[in-house]
Amino acid sequence: MTSLHIAVLTGFFLLSSSVSSQGLNSATAKRGRILYEKHCASCHQLDGNGVPRLIPPLTGTDFVSGDKSRLIRILLEGLNERIVVQEEEYYSPMASFKHLTDQQIADVLSYIRASFGPKASVVKAPEVGAQRKKFQ
Amino acid sequence: MRSIVLLAVCFLFTTLISAQTSVTLQLPEGFGAKQVAADWGRVRHIAVNQNGDLYMKLDRLKQGYGIVRLRDKDRDGLYDDTLLFGDYTGTGIALGNGFLYASSNKAVFRYALDKDMDLVDPTKPERIVHGLIDKGQHGSKSITLDNQGYVYVNIGAPSNVCQVKDRMLGSPGMMPCPLLDSAGGIWRFRTDKTDQSYREGMRYATGLRNVVGLDWNPFVNDLFVTVHGRDMLHQHYPEIYDAKLGAEMPAETFYRIPKGADGGWPYVYWDHLQKKKILSPEYGGDGKKQGAPGAIEPLMGFPGHLAPNALLFYRGDRFPKKYREGAFVAFHGSWNRSPEVQEGFYVVFIPLKDGKPVGDWEVFADGFTGKGKVANPRDAMHRPCGLAMGPDGSIYVSDDAKGMVWKIDYKGK
Ligand code: HEC
Repeated sequence: MTSLHIAVLTGFFLLSSSVSSQGLNSATAKRGRILYEKHCASCHQLDGNGVPRLIPPLTGTDFVSGDKSRLIRILLEGLNERIVVQEEEYYSPMASFKHLTDQQIADVLSYIRASFGPKASVVKAPEVGAQRKKFQ
Repeated sequence: MRSIVLLAVCFLFTTLISAQTSVTLQLPEGFGAKQVAADWGRVRHIAVNQNGDLYMKLDRLKQGYGIVRLRDKDRDGLYDDTLLFGDYTGTGIALGNGFLYASSNKAVFRYALDKDMDLVDPTKPERIVHGLIDKGQHGSKSITLDNQGYVYVNIGAPSNVCQVKDRMLGSPGMMPCPLLDSAGGIWRFRTDKTDQSYREGMRYATGLRNVVGLDWNPFVNDLFVTVHGRDMLHQHYPEIYDAKLGAEMPAETFYRIPKGADGGWPYVYWDHLQKKKILSPEYGGDGKKQGAPGAIEPLMGFPGHLAPNALLFYRGDRFPKKYREGAFVAFHGSWNRSPEVQEGFYVVFIPLKDGKPVGDWEVFADGFTGKGKVANPRDAMHRPCGLAMGPDGSIYVSDDAKGMVWKIDYKGK
């Protein structure tokens, strides 16, 4: 590998790490990570890549990086339908996480939106509260 | 410019990775493995006919088809003829008395074979069973045949432990569990009648959460199964089960199944350390209280979550004597032992005589992950899923991650 390659690669890593912290402060990231490991990682795995045939990845999916209200509702209501993620079909059910507080849901979602790119904006507790009111 | 160099680097990486698709399996002294099929995708269960034809049931269609037959026409030990048929995905496949049987997640079909072991008409199977429950979760239907004209079909429970709200923290277990009427057990049907469903079949055994491996033991004439145990003990009851115990518990189990047997799901699970049927916490258990006194006990328990996907009794006499009458089990490998590393991804052997274990299980074939222990199941290059025995007494192992099949043979000392 030439030094140019290395320089480019380093630049790339610097770039991506600065993007991932954009809008997500380290306290939220830390809380989000702990919540993720406790409530989500057993199924979606620590690397967010899910389980073939059973559990969809959280990496590279519009469900995670796209519309926030849809994402919040997945956590509040669970999900039980045939979905396609990264060209694979999944249809095992996911239970609701409505027992988590608005802040906890906001933290864990902010964490996955920052960690399992494409990077997306943070989720705030009042946004979770608004969805909770609307649908329950 | 930047992106071009980056692309080139990525390219280099991917070619390096895709070049090393095959792995070296670790086997006991005197055994050797040869890859006989590759890149068929989700190869679930497999069957080998008396002429060496290999049938693979696919869980993702390949060119629009869900069953593959590979044949070695010129008998040089390599498959040179491919036949694709069946327009449905699924797991189960079996051969018996002149027919090939295959399952979708809702139905069982059979295809007549002629005296040359050719399919009479691969486009016109008889549908012998239909209308079975498929809710996604545990939807695959494994099948096996006895020698009396019956087919045994696993109908997995579409649930973890029959909670009011499946897999939801704090949701209680339903009493009695209503799912058991149509799932969570083994159903038996005639092989020679078309369009049977629950009403024409018989619930042969109940209280079995999700059997994926099953085989008829010809030495004692009985059904034996391997069951996938429940999940979420640690996640939902951390005060009873710490992360280590939740990874280890409950056991994956190996049962002999007499007609009418009850395995105790969802009320109890098998604790292989205490060797007891322990009451599920969703039904008031505390990790110690026992339950379901009427339920049968397994012959053996394995560490939790390893996912025993196939069972094969060794009927041949090519392998050393100790293998005869024993059973091979293909473990698909776990996904829910994190934060512990994942386990399984190997084929084990259980020594048996007269249908009873005569020793502990041992790993028979290992190395499928291609990289030792993995933290995430997607990191495993291959995942053992199906087993079959060939006419010469060698055995075949399938993989549903990349779609490989290996033939494992004994070459002597
Ligand atoms: C019991 C296993 C399990 C747990 C625990 C779990 N999920 Fe899921 N999750 C699933 C399954 C299965 C699906 C697919 C559901 C379907 O097809 O209807 C899913 C789907 C999703 C989706 C939409 C599809 C995708 O891949 O983007 C998101 C987002 C998601 N989960 C986030 C989470 C988060 C965040 C947590 C932790 C708070 C979590 N899940 C915990 C099993 C689980």
